[in-house]
Amino acid sequence: MCFPSTGADVAAAVRIAADHDRPFVARGSGTGLAGGATPVGDPLVIVTTHLTRILEVDADDGYAWVEPGVLNLDLSRAVHHLGLHYAPDPSSQQACTIGGNVATNAGGPHCLASGVTAMHVFAVEVVLADGSITMLGGLEPDQAGYDLRGCFVGSEGTMGIATRIAVRLLPDPPAVRTLLLDFTSIEAAAATVSAIIADGIVPAALEMMDAEITRAVEDFVGAGYPRDAAAVLLVELDGLPAGVAAQVASVERIGIEQGARTVRVAADDAERALLWKGRKSAFGAISRIAPDYYLHDAVVPRTRLVDVLQRVYEIAAEYDLTMMNVFHAGDGNLHPLIVFDQREPGIWERVHAAGDAILRTCVDAGGVLSGEHGIGLEKREAMPMVFTADDLDVQARLRDAFDPSGRANPRKILPRGSRCGELQRVPEGAWV
Amino acid sequence: MGVTAAQVLDQLDELRATVATADAVLPVGGRTHWEVGNPPTTGVEVRAPSGIVAYDPAELTVTVGAGTAVGDLAGALGEAGQECPLDPRAPAATVGGVVAAGLSGPRRLRYGPLRDRVLEVRFVTADGRLVKGGGPTVKNVTGYDVPRLLVGSLGTVGVITEVKLRCQPRPRVARWFETADDADSEAAAAGLQPVDDAPPWPAGAHRGRISVQPSRLRDLAPALDDVHGVLWLAEVGVGTVHVAADDPADLVAARAVATEHGGWLLREAGASGVDGFGGPLPNLAIVERIRAALDPTGKLSPGRLPGAPAPAAAAG
Repeated sequence: MCFPSTGADVAAAVRIAADHDRPFVARGSGTGLAGGATPVGDPLVIVTTHLTRILEVDADDGYAWVEPGVLNLDLSRAVHHLGLHYAPDPSSQQACTIGGNVATNAGGPHCLASGVTAMHVFAVEVVLADGSITMLGGLEPDQAGYDLRGCFVGSEGTMGIATRIAVRLLPDPPAVRTLLLDFTSIEAAAATVSAIIADGIVPAALEMMDAEITRAVEDFVGAGYPRDAAAVLLVELDGLPAGVAAQVASVERIGIEQGARTVRVAADDAERALLWKGRKSAFGAISRIAPDYYLHDAVVPRTRLVDVLQRVYEIAAEYDLTMMNVFHAGDGNLHPLIVFDQREPGIWERVHAAGDAILRTCVDAGGVLSGEHGIGLEKREAMPMVFTADDLDVQARLRDAFDPSGRANPRKILPRGSRCGELQRVPEGAWV
Repeated sequence: MGVTAAQVLDQLDELRATVATADAVLPVGGRTHWEVGNPPTTGVEVRAPSGIVAYDPAELTVTVGAGTAVGDLAGALGEAGQECPLDPRAPAATVGGVVAAGLSGPRRLRYGPLRDRVLEVRFVTADGRLVKGGGPTVKNVTGYDVPRLLVGSLGTVGVITEVKLRCQPRPRVARWFETADDADSEAAAAGLQPVDDAPPWPAGAHRGRISVQPSRLRDLAPALDDVHGVLWLAEVGVGTVHVAADDPADLVAARAVATEHGGWLLREAGASGVDGFGGPLPNLAIVERIRAALDPTGKLSPGRLPGAPAPAAAAG
């Protein structure tokens, strides 16, 4: 394991790995949930957490050059005085690195309107598996040839290691309002999500929390969430003041029409922050209920939210597990959360079996395996649920074009046997 | 649009067989961006199916045969009060063609580039397999981002047959404004006057598109004005400049201006003797390995990207 402090150090480390024909794995803060940065096959682990410099901020063109170990929230804090922010905001944003965000194509509540990490990366300086350094993408709107930057974002360290990243900085919206709607049924909350979108409103964020998680969060944070709600929606609207005011009125009206018991509009920034603190503390709040949790990540078409949620609760009952749901409802990104105590004998088998059943349910509803956490090790063997052997073969060829040696973070994303005829040369010592 | 699912399947089978057996394949759309980059050499022309495959306004997504004209797509979305701001110069351009040419419309400043809009792509590979990249949902990190590889690939990765796009509610009110003052932003804002139409595309037989870091436009625009015979339309805040000229030499001069300001010019039409990209592609080794792996004999849209695929042996 090594802790380089410059991009040149990263390149040197990768070259040493190349000289010894050893795999290597880049690792940021280790907040990833799919095992993308988990070392397998005895690799050299290259930790990027000492690469923490913000190299350049350009308010005029709206970008910053950062090193991969810069923490997500630290970047937004550093440019706050310029009236700018970095939009992708995963729940782990206080701890996760921008490099890790690039690797997983991370999301967050505000990706509903702003888009995921891939839409906020202009350029990436990358160390390839042979130790050479190259630039993918650029600050100009289009590059000649293939969008290699677009291929690299979300490749979970299997195409190389980012050493410098140019990210988009967005101007802070002139007006922001946050609303909390509470419902006596999940169905009414989900119908409200659809009705808001159908009304032509794409909120900045549109989050749902079910009864269990709402109670857990309220007991933990005291944000004033109704403890007896079957579901709450957190809706954020932003833009020009007049437009936002009109949208607040529309969402209030739609909420009431769909059966919301109350619609609370945060009066000021302090109340807004409190409402968000509830949402972002959800995973911490769970520790009050059980010592362990398994957080899932899958996306379904918005219109299937109610059916899929019902099935998810049925699965929890079938496996006698406690299930909570807190998720990005606006883009159909579910996060079923199984809470348990791993000291209970046989619990892991049930947790995994329930997880597999949830994934199958989401895929059958026309969904995908991951919306923002990635595939990593966790869902590698589930890839054939959504891709044919031919689809995976194309992906394997794309991956290998970046790293013909197969040493960059092996055994991630693609299931075994993805390569028709197995084109890849297997390095000595790699566990493929 | 008068085509049954069975007919589409027949069409796809035929397309796969043609691609698998031909020595050279040229996917054809509306032929409106036929010369973007380098013009194609000879080969068997193939077409993708057209028509709306699936459209659920509540999902804000639409799936179309790649041969669907952008104008037809706009019509279908408009009926539900939605849009997909592809906005090519000619509405006869097909969705597959716009994706292959990597064209982002003039509303990119607000709505982002095309590559952020393509959710899922189906395409026929050089060896005749029908494959899928991406996924159907608006948010998805399941596997490698193959759709982004296809955007701007000029038909060299596969023959695109079907595209799923993110669409959006049409704004209640949308207007173009014009202002004469371009030096002082406050004066410019004060002088805004509503106009009926989007600014016209610059006309000329020889056309190109400059990409430059947005703030460099301030210096690049006056330099372009100094090139005799070049008409241009710049997307402020984006860094795209559409240029047109009646004399190919003027396009070459515009390219020199772009290069001086850290940008580059993509040849889009005319100027047949002028190199499409103005030099070798960045990261050529990776590009050539991708091409060798996916199209070892170089049959897909030969000639359109500079550089030949690496020898087939490299693919194993």
